[in-house]
Amino acid sequence: MSDTATTTSAIDDAIAAHAATFAGTVQPKTQDGIPTVRVPRDQAIGFLVAMRDDPQLRFRLLLDVTALDYYGQARDRFDVVYHCYSFESRSRLRVKTSCSERDAVVPSAVPEFPTAGFLEREVFDMFGIRFDGNPDLRRILMPEDYEHHPLRKDFPLEGIEPEKNYRKHGGVMMPRAPGAEPINGARSDTP
Amino acid sequence: MAFEGGEDGFAVTGPLDQLLAWARKNSLWPMPLGLSCCAIEMMSTIGPRFDISRFGAEVARFSPRQSDVMIVAGTLTWKMASVARRIYDQMPNPKYVISMGVCASSGGLYRNYAVVPGVDRLIPVDVYTMGCPPRPDTLLNALLTLQKKIDKGSTHASGNPRPAVVGLGG
Ligand code: SF4
Repeated sequence: MSDTATTTSAIDDAIAAHAATFAGTVQPKTQDGIPTVRVPRDQAIGFLVAMRDDPQLRFRLLLDVTALDYYGQARDRFDVVYHCYSFESRSRLRVKTSCSERDAVVPSAVPEFPTAGFLEREVFDMFGIRFDGNPDLRRILMPEDYEHHPLRKDFPLEGIEPEKNYRKHGGVMMPRAPGAEPINGARSDTP
Repeated sequence: MAFEGGEDGFAVTGPLDQLLAWARKNSLWPMPLGLSCCAIEMMSTIGPRFDISRFGAEVARFSPRQSDVMIVAGTLTWKMASVARRIYDQMPNPKYVISMGVCASSGGLYRNYAVVPGVDRLIPVDVYTMGCPPRPDTLLNALLTLQKKIDKGSTHASGNPRPAVVGLGG
């Protein structure tokens, strides 16, 4: 394993060198000490592949794909975040890219990292970000015909007609007297 | 209801509905609808330490066709709601429902888009239990309460519903 970078500074240098070739910027380190690189949307997968194939770094495991919603801020609305792990140097890497609300599409990592399939489905389900190239981009947590994306900041926590899908498929609701007493301190009759 | 007879056997006499209630309440077969963490306490209740079989309810059936009381143990989500309702519909009459834990009773700590705020929105509940999770003792208390209600005819199945809320105490 002598050709693998092991010291933190050697890893950081190698990451910075790659970031430069993919028009990325290395972000200041956060408290968790994970090196973070922000790359343009169309470079994200290429950068991940380069980090995977670099014989010194070998970030071979895509741990997680998730997203952030910066609703109402003067910037692109969504950040998509990738976390990678290198077994050789036992270190982690965070890659961020962003997309706007109107054009909420990011290239899919599935052709290079098959594990991204489910992760991207979850991001699609929760944030409504589409992944171009994901062969099976269906909802994964919410019902398939659900109409909203619950982790968006403009989605109310109580939901929008949460019983709608249940009713739509013939679900029976119990009749309740108007203004019925809450049961044992339970909340009143808002769905 | 009376026990009549002597040394070589006895007969139980009484009105038919009372006899039926007596038979039913002492062999309630649960349909364990274990949805999340509360299910662990329900399993513990069925296991040897708390031993729900002392009250005739040890035959946990995973087929709704063979069960009398549905124990909703855990957080019911709207995605799961139609399944829960369908299982309830498949149970033969008379059927009873125990809502175990605050999640099943009211949605509990989840006030959000995914969780049904109380299974009584979908199915009639006879006994609600407090606790997050309720101790096995509480579930046994709920079972005993349900037995009393079957005796008194105050369940949904007998058309005179007066739901009860039970905790640890009597
Ligand atoms: S009441 Fe508490 S223990 Fe039971 S399912 Fe809800 S969160 Fe879990």
